[in-house]
Amino acid sequence: MRKLLLSALAAAALAVLPQSAARAAKEEVVLGLSQDRVAITATFDGSEILVFGAVKREAPIPKDEPLQVIVAVSGPAPSVMVRRKEKKLGIWVNVDSVLVDSAPAFYAVATSAPFTQVLSDTEDLRYRVSIRRAIRSVGAAMHIRGAQAFADAVMRIREKNGLYSLRENTVAVDEQTLFRTAIKMPADLTEGNYQTRIFLTRGGEVVSSYETSIDVRKVGLERFLFSLSREQPFLYGLMSLAIAIAAGWGASAAFSLLRNR
Amino acid sequence: MQIYLPIAEVSVNAFLLLGLGGMVGVLSGMFGVGGGFLMTPLLFFIGIPPAVAVATEANQIVASSFSGVLAHFRRRTVDIKMGLVLQAGGLMGAALGVVVFNYLKALGQVDLLVKLCYVVFLGVVGGLMFIESLNAIRKSKKAGGSSPAKRRQRGWVHALPFKMRFRTSGLYISVIPPVLVGVCVGILAAIMGVGGGFIMVPAMIYILGMPTKVVVGTSLFQIILVTGFTTMLHATTNYTVDIVLAVLLLIGGVIGAQIGTRIGVYLKAEQLRILLALMVIAVCAKLALDLLLQPSELFTLGEAGGH
Repeated sequence: MRKLLLSALAAAALAVLPQSAARAAKEEVVLGLSQDRVAITATFDGSEILVFGAVKREAPIPKDEPLQVIVAVSGPAPSVMVRRKEKKLGIWVNVDSVLVDSAPAFYAVATSAPFTQVLSDTEDLRYRVSIRRAIRSVGAAMHIRGAQAFADAVMRIREKNGLYSLRENTVAVDEQTLFRTAIKMPADLTEGNYQTRIFLTRGGEVVSSYETSIDVRKVGLERFLFSLSREQPFLYGLMSLAIAIAAGWGASAAFSLLRNR
Repeated sequence: MQIYLPIAEVSVNAFLLLGLGGMVGVLSGMFGVGGGFLMTPLLFFIGIPPAVAVATEANQIVASSFSGVLAHFRRRTVDIKMGLVLQAGGLMGAALGVVVFNYLKALGQVDLLVKLCYVVFLGVVGGLMFIESLNAIRKSKKAGGSSPAKRRQRGWVHALPFKMRFRTSGLYISVIPPVLVGVCVGILAAIMGVGGGFIMVPAMIYILGMPTKVVVGTSLFQIILVTGFTTMLHATTNYTVDIVLAVLLLIGGVIGAQIGTRIGVYLKAEQLRILLALMVIAVCAKLALDLLLQPSELFTLGEAGGH
């Protein structure tokens, strides 16, 4: 499903390329990342990725509108079940639910100016840049009224947890050529490919875009334990129990030693 | 110090987990409860996914109960025979409980039913214990504290067949009530994701008439097997046991349990019971308020395809 979606997005991106190319084929992104992989170790406490780059162009800088830059980083996007509570017989219970087809586990957008100035609504609709547009819930609207409230809830809850963020004016652009920003990734990351998109815009329209991905992976002990729990669950369970018994016995023995001294 | 948990996929403070484990461990050692009914909600609260919290908690209870039961073995306050009889019932109950749980899951609203289960059982058990131990304290004060009240009623429990002698408890009763208690606790343990100590302990005191001092050790002994079984089930079917989380909790837990059993020695049986009753009532009140008051966030996020 996700692959299908991605390829559909890629196809859409290809389809729009000629149009934007006609407008300003001369501006391209040359990108650098401080790191293109994030290793989740046992003491992983979030990460900050420096995204920097330059605009390559063969013609002089266009005079009309200043160049703006958007950096959007998106985590893996599984579907999410959103449930709503209502008071029934005096207690609060889940009354209805909506399946939001795809909501990224992490989503950060950094822009060089207020969002509405950087990107027009139609362009946002096309590229799905804003947080609201990054969440997709198709089909839900059919049978439940106010399905948007459920998508809003995903945004609200994840923004509160620091998983979604829109950071306006955080991309520094020098001489309309060099740009840089830092994307903060929280400690609660899930594994996967984090799609990183860079958009160059002028007057709210995308003139060029670039896409790469940041690989987020568990390493070392974390990887070992995770793999063991999936591939050898029985062994993993026995190991957990053995540790529990050993710790219980160890503490008991240590305390009786202390007491008998 | 932040630690990233490999299965839960969240980053939490290691000292917070050690502290929580220690606190619950002390209570576990004092009262002979696994502490699951306290720890599981606490883990939800610090952001551990519910499925991981329930499964890992079972593993941690094994450790703290084992640590606690060794101390009781040394003091000869474990009725092994009674424990085995309860366990036989408990395993039957656990199997039944899984069936009931899956049935409720198919109906939807399983979360609500689990919570209601908690509120009803904690409320009834806590309330009854509180009243009873308050009366016991009053009586012993009237009697000058010399003779603690005896509760050896010869009721229906003693009229049943298949009598068996439980030497450590000083009982000669039918095996039917202990097996039934085991079954009931097993069912509840499977549904509520706890060891069931908070129900087992009062049941042993009030239904079986066992002496309080023996009850704690025997309950811990019984809990080990049930939660060990639960851990294996979760590890092999849901892959939700987080070993890193478990280790952090159980380091605090086993130390706490040792301290708890020693505190327990210095407290009178009635005091022990009244404290446990107050704790049970407090958790019950908290859960009831969650159901009755309007939550600040009406929406909750869950995994698609989950329950």
